[in-house]
Amino acid sequence: MNTVLGLYNYWIVIFLMMTGFYVVIAQGNLVKKVIGLNIFQISVFLLYITIGKVRGGTAPILPEDVTYSPDGLPIPPQGFDGWSNPLPSVLILTAIVVGVATTAVALALIVRIGEAYGTIEEDEILALDLEE
Amino acid sequence: MRSLWAAVMLTGIYSFLGASWMLILDAPDVAFTEAAVGAGLSTVLMLSTLALTGTTMKKQATSTLLPLVVVSLTGLALIYGTADMPYFGDPTAPAHQHLMPEFMADTVPSIHEAAGHHAETGVGVDNVVTAVLASYRGYDTLGETVVILTAGIGVLLILGGEKRFSSFFADLSLRDVPSMRHRAILRVATKLLIPYILLFALYVQFHGDYGPGGGFQAGVIFAAALILYGLVFGLRATLKVAPPSVVETLVALGVLLYAGTGVATMLLGGNFLDYSVLEHPLLPGVLPHGQHLGILLVELGVGITVAAVMITIFFAFVGREHPR
Amino acid sequence: MEQHLPILQIIVPLIAAPLCLLLRQRTLVLGFAICVCWATFAMAVMLLLRVAPANGGDPGFPMATVITYQLGGWMAPWGIEYRIDILSVFVLLIVSGIGATVLTYAPLSLSREIDRDQHYLFCAAYLLCLTGLLGIAITGDLFNLFVFLEISALSSYALISLGANQSRKALTAAFQYLVMGTIGATFILIGIGLMYQMTGTLNMTDMAARLDTFGGTRTVLVTFAFLTVGISLKMALFPLHLWLPGAYAYAPSVATAFLAATATKVSVYILLRFIFTLFKPQFAFEMLNFDLGLMALAILGIFAASTIAIFQTNIKRMLAYSSVAQIGYMVLGISFATVTGLTAGIVHLLNHALIKGGLFLAMGCIALRLGSVELEDMRGIGRRMPMTMFAWVLGGLGLVGVPVTAGFISKWYLISAALEKGWWPVAALVLLSSLLALVYVWRVVETAYFDSPADPQLDVAEAPLAMLIPVYVLIGASLFFGLSTSLSANVARYAAEMLLGVTS
Repeated sequence: MNTVLGLYNYWIVIFLMMTGFYVVIAQGNLVKKVIGLNIFQISVFLLYITIGKVRGGTAPILPEDVTYSPDGLPIPPQGFDGWSNPLPSVLILTAIVVGVATTAVALALIVRIGEAYGTIEEDEILALDLEE
Repeated sequence: MRSLWAAVMLTGIYSFLGASWMLILDAPDVAFTEAAVGAGLSTVLMLSTLALTGTTMKKQATSTLLPLVVVSLTGLALIYGTADMPYFGDPTAPAHQHLMPEFMADTVPSIHEAAGHHAETGVGVDNVVTAVLASYRGYDTLGETVVILTAGIGVLLILGGEKRFSSFFADLSLRDVPSMRHRAILRVATKLLIPYILLFALYVQFHGDYGPGGGFQAGVIFAAALILYGLVFGLRATLKVAPPSVVETLVALGVLLYAGTGVATMLLGGNFLDYSVLEHPLLPGVLPHGQHLGILLVELGVGITVAAVMITIFFAFVGREHPR
Repeated sequence: MEQHLPILQIIVPLIAAPLCLLLRQRTLVLGFAICVCWATFAMAVMLLLRVAPANGGDPGFPMATVITYQLGGWMAPWGIEYRIDILSVFVLLIVSGIGATVLTYAPLSLSREIDRDQHYLFCAAYLLCLTGLLGIAITGDLFNLFVFLEISALSSYALISLGANQSRKALTAAFQYLVMGTIGATFILIGIGLMYQMTGTLNMTDMAARLDTFGGTRTVLVTFAFLTVGISLKMALFPLHLWLPGAYAYAPSVATAFLAATATKVSVYILLRFIFTLFKPQFAFEMLNFDLGLMALAILGIFAASTIAIFQTNIKRMLAYSSVAQIGYMVLGISFATVTGLTAGIVHLLNHALIKGGLFLAMGCIALRLGSVELEDMRGIGRRMPMTMFAWVLGGLGLVGVPVTAGFISKWYLISAALEKGWWPVAALVLLSSLLALVYVWRVVETAYFDSPADPQLDVAEAPLAMLIPVYVLIGASLFFGLSTSLSANVARYAAEMLLGVTS
């Protein structure tokens, strides 16, 4: 039981990831593939953030009147036991940017494909290509 | 589900829910960014795409067995991998023991201290995420800004091609995308909102040291204000406010500001992006110095490039001729 | 400034890219970009001189050194660190050298294939791709690697899509590359997250040290799997290679030449870092018997791809399948996990880059004059474009592995490595696959020299000198390294020894 309580967050995230992954590889419509990629990536971001969470912790922003403990660490505000980890946040901020950049380029390609082929369904495009 | 429009909307909602979950998990900066980018910008871009390619899809005829198998195997592999992971929220996990204490205490023995420079230990900024993002791992953030730049250039290459550059944008101003100018409520509400949105963008830009915020979120909000203006008042009006050549110049300038700060630190004797050498106050009392100045400059660079690229992408999508 | 050489190597092309945006005037931008690329190559050479062992590396002299550079002035692992060892500098040289040569060749080819108004954007994207690839080879931080991997990937998608002027298939090829590449990148991101969770750090040397103490075995296994599958997608390792033929065939000639010679090589470099620097070879090869699986995939890839290549009519597509096969050779060398095997894999990074780069540049010349890269249209071209075809033949011989060419050196090391381990069947398979290469190379040679021209009226001149010279630079280099291996194979051997932790 302890295992489930300890790991349930990862399993939820993994389920969400696989949903996104499934949409990417199973769907034939190009926009839906991009949607699947987005869901996949957002779930990976959630994975990182759940790794960074510390039980009883608070967001790693020091209040103005912060005081420090003898070994140099800041004392968390009233009611909290510690701080959550800032590093995953930093990594995910960058990863979100990479994700939206990829989405923008993907959508631009879809617009061009739609114009060139008249369709954005993968199987129709494949058929048109084979005809050539 | 056959309606792509509905699928996009649901994705936006999923992204927003994800952002809320991130907030609960003590990551407000990320939640902020995810809400602005995932729920906001991605949805806008997908809707613009649908406007050009159609909003419904045909019935799926492809087999789903192989994808299901692949996905199940991958999922099971991941779950198998969770067996040895630290429990959720465990404060004794390696990730929280190794680098985090020094980041929080902000006292990393830095290289310039060893070299005998006068040094403030650490970064000295309240939002530790910003400290790590803009200073300790500032180089990654430069990489992130370059990624945005690459996306902007990519979209310009993909969607800006067939016509000559100057006439592409000139065509935009000729073709008047139907505006909602005649809807009085929208018009008035937008006129009231936009100044506040812009002000909020500036607030987020400069307040990132003390609370959630920073260059990226500010850039997206700024671009959102302009996009709102474009949606309500039409493309022609927006082009007068933000001429594409100016916007394209800003795209380049943001990255140059960031990289230029790094070059300046090298010329002043430190390593690339070592802000502690920026000690001499440029404008005493007005501008900070050292780490604070460095972070200010690079975040500004990020904000400028992000806003400019988002606007450029918006122009590229919206200016595309509808297939007849 | 000398101490800043590591960062300058990346910053110079990085800053040049937005400057291209500002300059906008086509000739100015092209000239500027070409100068920047050559400066980048010069810096890579300077780094080589500082890293490589003294005196050509006779035993008894100091081993190769490692240069580190702290970005932001922060000590690793709190800050990001650049770490240049002999393998990194080898890859830096390949990427910057190819980047400079191909861009010098570019102006005439670009005018034929892409709108003149977009040339300044092309240069910006090209420089960004170069920056991304160089940044991967030089960094010691795993997340930094991911960021620059995505910079190179995004710019490649845009570069490939520019082939749409010639064929709309460039768009679908770019999209498929985007989807598969992003899945690969996301897998790598998952792997990085799990690595961080287990070790608490992102610095690769730090991670490797902490992995033993903190890594739970099941999580380590899954992490390794995700990282490997992710990079295999980017590397086009069979059977995850599906994006490559389309992407190389329909991209503009300059883009194909650059990407074919660099992007997959850098992905192989990343695989080497994962297996040997992060996880230590004992883990992958002794605990998992990964070497057998890798070898099987490599051999399958070599044969499947070479066979499919034989049936292609689009010669760029044929060369693309040939690339998949050649990557199989590199991975085969890695799977031996011995010094000779690794040397084979690493030296083939250079050799294949030169050969394929030269071949695709030659195809660009043919595309310039003929407007097509179909085998049908290339009939009799050997007599009308003798210099171009001669270069092509030399490159083709390199693919087969004829002595005197660089390809021979790689195959020599591969076969030696197989024989060292007593695996005669593998050595025989390598020879057999060379026969397959001979078949698809001969097809083109026969058509080019022995068939009568499809359209005798068509006035086809030799390719312009400005384009021929870079072709011969690359092909000539491949012959040079086929004859004199002190630079290439010795450096590769140092890298192999370093990766395996062997001290001489």
